[in-house]
Amino acid sequence: MIVADGVSHAYGDTAVLADVALRAADGEVLGLVGPNGSGKTTLLRALHRALVPDAGAVAVDGDDVDALSARSLARRVAVVVQSTDVESQLTAMDEVLLGRSPFLAPFRRAGTADEEIAARSLERVGAAHLAGREVATLSGGERQRVLVARALAQEPRYLLLDEPTNHLDVHYQHEVLHLVRDLDVTVVVVLHDLNLAARYCDRLVMIERGRVRAVGTPQDVLVPDLVEPVYGVRAQRVTAQDGCPQMLFAHRSGDGAPSAHHADVTDADVTDKVPARSG
Amino acid sequence: MPPATTTAGPAPAEGLRSARRRSAAWTAGLAVALVLTAVVCVAVGPVTIAPWTVLTIVQQALLGDPGGAGASAAEQTIVLDVRVPRVLLGAAVGAALAVCGAALQAMVRNPLADPYVLGISGGASTGAAAAILFGAGAALGQQALPTSAFLGALAAGVLVLTVARTAGRVTSVRLLLSGVAVGYALSALTSFLVFASGSAEGARSVMFWLLGSLSLARWDATLVAAVAVTVVGVAVLTAGARTLDVLGAGDATMHALGYSPSRARVALLVVVSLCTGVAVAAAGSIGFVGLVVPHLARRAVGALHARMLPVCALLGAVLLLWADVLARTLMAPRELPIGIVTAMVGAPFLLVLVRRARLGREP
Repeated sequence: MIVADGVSHAYGDTAVLADVALRAADGEVLGLVGPNGSGKTTLLRALHRALVPDAGAVAVDGDDVDALSARSLARRVAVVVQSTDVESQLTAMDEVLLGRSPFLAPFRRAGTADEEIAARSLERVGAAHLAGREVATLSGGERQRVLVARALAQEPRYLLLDEPTNHLDVHYQHEVLHLVRDLDVTVVVVLHDLNLAARYCDRLVMIERGRVRAVGTPQDVLVPDLVEPVYGVRAQRVTAQDGCPQMLFAHRSGDGAPSAHHADVTDADVTDKVPARSG
Repeated sequence: MPPATTTAGPAPAEGLRSARRRSAAWTAGLAVALVLTAVVCVAVGPVTIAPWTVLTIVQQALLGDPGGAGASAAEQTIVLDVRVPRVLLGAAVGAALAVCGAALQAMVRNPLADPYVLGISGGASTGAAAAILFGAGAALGQQALPTSAFLGALAAGVLVLTVARTAGRVTSVRLLLSGVAVGYALSALTSFLVFASGSAEGARSVMFWLLGSLSLARWDATLVAAVAVTVVGVAVLTAGARTLDVLGAGDATMHALGYSPSRARVALLVVVSLCTGVAVAAAGSIGFVGLVVPHLARRAVGALHARMLPVCALLGAVLLLWADVLARTLMAPRELPIGIVTAMVGAPFLLVLVRRARLGREP
């Protein structure tokens, strides 16, 4: 379990996180959603100590991340960073082998066992055929799968992903999240797309201006009365044929398609789920 | 593009094996090329000595075998006292510059980085100018110039690191910017020293040194330091190659894999400053080796540093030795500064590489 408590952070004078608490239970897929600049990525960075917050604590399996070395933390928690940051000239196989780094002494090379783990990781994401390709030449979806494979090579209990569907077409958006959901690890994923979040996450944490605005299942959190003020859009909720809640959006000015009536949610439902501290 | 359209390739492990065979073949081939190049470089010069004689003289010297069968005393002196140290120095400097270039390109994540971009050579040049023009470190006698240059390089490295370090963090961009700034400042300082001294003779020797030359090579502490530091530096960087791979992947990835980017950069800059410092102190400023050779090595065996750095070191050594042959023979009996040769060969070469890379990357 990853538990964050009272996490606050400011970049200079700008507060990005204010007293954030969250809990990722074992085996669940926890989605972090919220508008641009709401602090999702900063929170994710704090969870794996790529960022040391001004205040608050993060614990992984009950161990404070401050007390863990970076290497031992990387053996438990793997991260897939935004792929736009990656311009690797390595082959996919060599890239995935880098995932074994936390297990290897600095001057020690990867051995046969590490190679087997890396090869298996590539197979798990359906990318074994890409092993010899240079990562920079892969398409967005292929690259994302290689980065997930590198994270899997860390044999982590927790997988953190920062907007893994960025720049991917619809096919790959679902491909990547479907893959992540099927892994037997606890997942914390930052997502822009609320409908992907609704479909692939067990629970959502909605963040607005550095504060937790709502926590709950997609059914609870993705309601127009919450989404509309947080994102500044008009929103309508519909139910897909398979029962998954989905949202339709329109500009606030009011001439768009979605109606202002939220047929399937009552006000009582919503107010219930909004934490008192939302400011 | 759905994944179903991509055909199955070779198994991942097979790909690794073939990459390793390829780099082993390149490393072995270049090692042989380096030995052959060294023999040719010793043989060629104002007095040409037969390669077989060269080998005999070196063998006798190594085995302590007295009595030169077929080699005159003059030939022995030329080979052992003049040309062998020169070849040793050339190989060490070429290897050091190439490997430092590769390490810095990974460190600042910029393919145009080389030991000169980070201002380290600027520091060495300023130190050398101070020694030549104002007799800095004159108490050291013959070692005054290289020592002063080496200290200048180290000081520049420390300065760049200090400027780039804010709130305990060292980022790529800050490192690059402070390197460029420190480099410009030191180059201005060197020019000012030349101007202030008012000595035409001194200005000419500074110029000669700035353009680079292996002609000062002899059996002395500078040569020993250059060779020893290069061997240790290449070994350390190759052993820690994975850190370079991860550095190249970006700070976010470094954190994710349990590395501290700042600590890795500081450690790397220390190693690189030492290697560049001794290289520049012994042979002056020699451009383009550190810039071009890593690109060639990547083309040959891929970007993984564990496979690429040995190729880089050997290729840098071979290329610098051939550049020295050209420098000695093109305008014989006068000797061209080797920096002119490497720049004349390196610049067009880099252009070709850049154009090729562009075409390959965007089909």
